[in-house]
Amino acid sequence: MTTLLVPLVTGEAVAYWVCGPLMVIAALAMVLFRKAVYSALALAGVMVNLAVIYASLDAPFLFVVQIIVYTGAVMMLFLFVVMLVGVDSKESMVEKIQGHTVASVLAAVGAFVLLAAFVGNSLVNSAVGVGDANAQYGGNVQGLAALLFGKYVLAFEATSALLITAAVGAMVLAYAERLTPRLDQRARAKARIAEYVTNGVHPGPRPSSGVYARHNAITSPALLPDGTVAQDSVSPVLVNRIGLPDADALAAPTKKAFAAMEAAQGADEEDL
Amino acid sequence: MNPNFYVVLAAVLFTIGIVGFLVRKNALVLFMSVELMFNACNLLLVSFSRVHGNLDGQAASFFVMVVAAAEVVVGLSIIIMIYRARHSANVDNENLLRY
Repeated sequence: MTTLLVPLVTGEAVAYWVCGPLMVIAALAMVLFRKAVYSALALAGVMVNLAVIYASLDAPFLFVVQIIVYTGAVMMLFLFVVMLVGVDSKESMVEKIQGHTVASVLAAVGAFVLLAAFVGNSLVNSAVGVGDANAQYGGNVQGLAALLFGKYVLAFEATSALLITAAVGAMVLAYAERLTPRLDQRARAKARIAEYVTNGVHPGPRPSSGVYARHNAITSPALLPDGTVAQDSVSPVLVNRIGLPDADALAAPTKKAFAAMEAAQGADEEDL
Repeated sequence: MNPNFYVVLAAVLFTIGIVGFLVRKNALVLFMSVELMFNACNLLLVSFSRVHGNLDGQAASFFVMVVAAAEVVVGLSIIIMIYRARHSANVDNENLLRY
């Protein structure tokens, strides 16, 4: 009689013990991350791991659907909305109701105990496996198709109505009417000239950023003929963010080089 | 593998979803927590489909996914609408339906 030194490990067990903890960690991370983008990415991690577990549970169709629908469509939609609704808006953790967090966690623990107690009553220790059910129609997809287009065909049709209603509803809800007419090129040019006539604002494009011997970044200010800084040459957004670099410091190497050249020239003339 | 393991995993995920839904204030993260709970239920459906040896659980899980997709589309557009009016996605601020 041969005894197995290593207990028989199935692919399911490997998938469960690798993806299960990862899912729990990612789910906790989703709840704990302060920024919505991180939460969305953590949730995408949960869904990918869940897809792997579906694959290990003999559900190849759901594995693919989980990846396409959840990680593909739903999470992308989430990320789009996160980008629209403000990525950088930090959530305030001030409790409007005192003891809210503690009470919530207690309630969740209670719910877990309830789940464990109820489900614990119906625990089963063996699974029939869906191998036979899959093989009945020649595969998992064929078997599901037989169910969806046979036994559940009415629910399936209702699903199509639901999806089209949701799509139309989203379009109606997210549509925002324009309150002011869109400005065309002629209107903008007219406004620019009017601004020039009344306030004397230059109607042409703004000066480009400065080019120095060692710097030509978009943050380097351009110099006017009299040596002063052209304020318009750097975007105000950049000025607000990092400040205007000192033009004298930027031009210093050039000035030093010129001074050295002049000195050398003078020395040459003395030699002659 | 023993199906009880999957039951425990699904219960843990569902509980984390409940915690997220109750504790967080950003409407988007609340939605994500709801999705997490959907996923926990789907896991349970698929694993019990295996216990009983038929595909009905997997079909139900497919329907849950469809409904979740529709729910997310409408919910997110409502969040965008509220954001346009209030410039905030914080559920504590939404104490009025209009204005």
